[in-house]
Amino acid sequence: MKPNYESPTIQKLNAGMMNKFGSRTEYTPVKFIDNVAIADLMDQYGSPLFVISERTIRQTYQKALKAFRMRYPKVQFAWSYKTNYLNAVCQVFHQEGSWAEVVSGFEYQKALRNGVPGNLIIFNGPDKSREDLIMAVENRSLIHIDHFDELFMLIEIMEEREDVKARVAIRVNMDTGVYPQWDRFGFNYENGQAWNAIVKIIAQEKLQLEGLHCHIGTYMLTANAYAVAARKMCELAFAYANTTGKHVKYLDMGGGFCSANTLKGSYLQGSDIIPTFDDYAEAITTTILQFGFRPDELPLLILETGRALIDEAGYLLGTVLATKRLADGRRATVLDIGINIMFTSFWYNHRVSPAQDFTQHVEETTLYGPLCMNIDAIRESVIMPILKKDDRVVVHEVGAYNMTQWMQFITMRPNVVMIDTKGEVHLIRKQETVNTIVDCEVVPEHLK
Amino acid sequence: MKVRKNIAISENGFIFNPLTGDSFSVNETGVFILQKLKEEETIEAILQSLMDEYELDTYTAEKDLNDFLSMLKSYQLITND
Repeated sequence: MKPNYESPTIQKLNAGMMNKFGSRTEYTPVKFIDNVAIADLMDQYGSPLFVISERTIRQTYQKALKAFRMRYPKVQFAWSYKTNYLNAVCQVFHQEGSWAEVVSGFEYQKALRNGVPGNLIIFNGPDKSREDLIMAVENRSLIHIDHFDELFMLIEIMEEREDVKARVAIRVNMDTGVYPQWDRFGFNYENGQAWNAIVKIIAQEKLQLEGLHCHIGTYMLTANAYAVAARKMCELAFAYANTTGKHVKYLDMGGGFCSANTLKGSYLQGSDIIPTFDDYAEAITTTILQFGFRPDELPLLILETGRALIDEAGYLLGTVLATKRLADGRRATVLDIGINIMFTSFWYNHRVSPAQDFTQHVEETTLYGPLCMNIDAIRESVIMPILKKDDRVVVHEVGAYNMTQWMQFITMRPNVVMIDTKGEVHLIRKQETVNTIVDCEVVPEHLK
Repeated sequence: MKVRKNIAISENGFIFNPLTGDSFSVNETGVFILQKLKEEETIEAILQSLMDEYELDTYTAEKDLNDFLSMLKSYQLITND
């Protein structure tokens, strides 16, 4: 039998010099996901292919839940639809006990269709139409008011309605000591807007303030920011109780927990620097528990964690289309995975592993996507084993945002499969076809 | 196309150029090609040897060999003589 072929490579050795790109990270090929052979998946469902591990979703969810439940008696997760709103994914979270957290009328409709009872849907986001608000009021959903225009529209809607109250919360933004401060969502705490909004709601007979919500940022590398946020939320809750004699039923701390992905520009690997679920839970629950609520008045703690619950469960499988040499002698590898389906490559250095055996030889390469666009690079520089045409690769931790922010640009979006906890593979989103796209188009008569 | 004089090539792929002081590492296929170049085989003969040695189609062999030779040239390890 002839030996396996590997493209010839030569690497200049620079003894003693710093390598700013770090050393290689891939030592073994990734040939299986949850014991299902990657080669079989790609043979059956094509390339590129998104793969979601149901087992990983459930394990991660349970880990997060445990971190909070062991510290605080009343915890509720609400699945952040925008992070991944494929119905199959949402249903796994709903089966685990998650409510739905939506940020648009579209997502709201999806949650309803997924069978989530209206009163277990949290409606966030700055864009709620009049129709959206009416629907949310009728379904007894929790409306998280983002701005005064929305508050006044809701007051106007409620004036026309009898025998029904809107269940609302306000979204609060605040200085938690991190940069950048997220102040575009909700009402500001420090300048008194949040309190003004609460006072306005108190004065409305048909608005029922049920909770307080904040979303302090995304990919929060310090758990302490949540402690600061929780303290300010508790301050507001106490002020509300002192004014009205009533207590808010819940504090919603939003999302923003990190996944183990590595941010671009980060010197260390993401997994080495991110806080754990326990760190976040400790910061939040300790603050609330020590604030002085009576045990029977402790608010329900709601979490809208998205990224940290789903990123690790998502894989993107792809194929090498070509290898070439750049003007400065560096290797370039062209994959069929582009930024159109991997939006997160704009801010993460995703881990990429070969899916077949390789030798110990490595080379620095740029990983390009298939788009006819210069910015279509998913890794500007990475030390990879030698790849050749038709080799397969696995991109890790792509479960969050890629299957919602993906673009239909130049090509169509690929199949998405889910491997269930028994190892069965299910197609959960079909590959788009030309018809998927052109069926929405209308050509005027005179142009036909 | 020849390997420059004095270039030392070890069996396990370590290359040393005493003129410049540069050292390099090549993989198994790279060593195979360099040995053929040292034996002053023609490009066509090296191509054929590659295909005899490995499970390989002509296009990949030609593409990879050209790429490798251009890298050897850029590192001044071979000459056109």
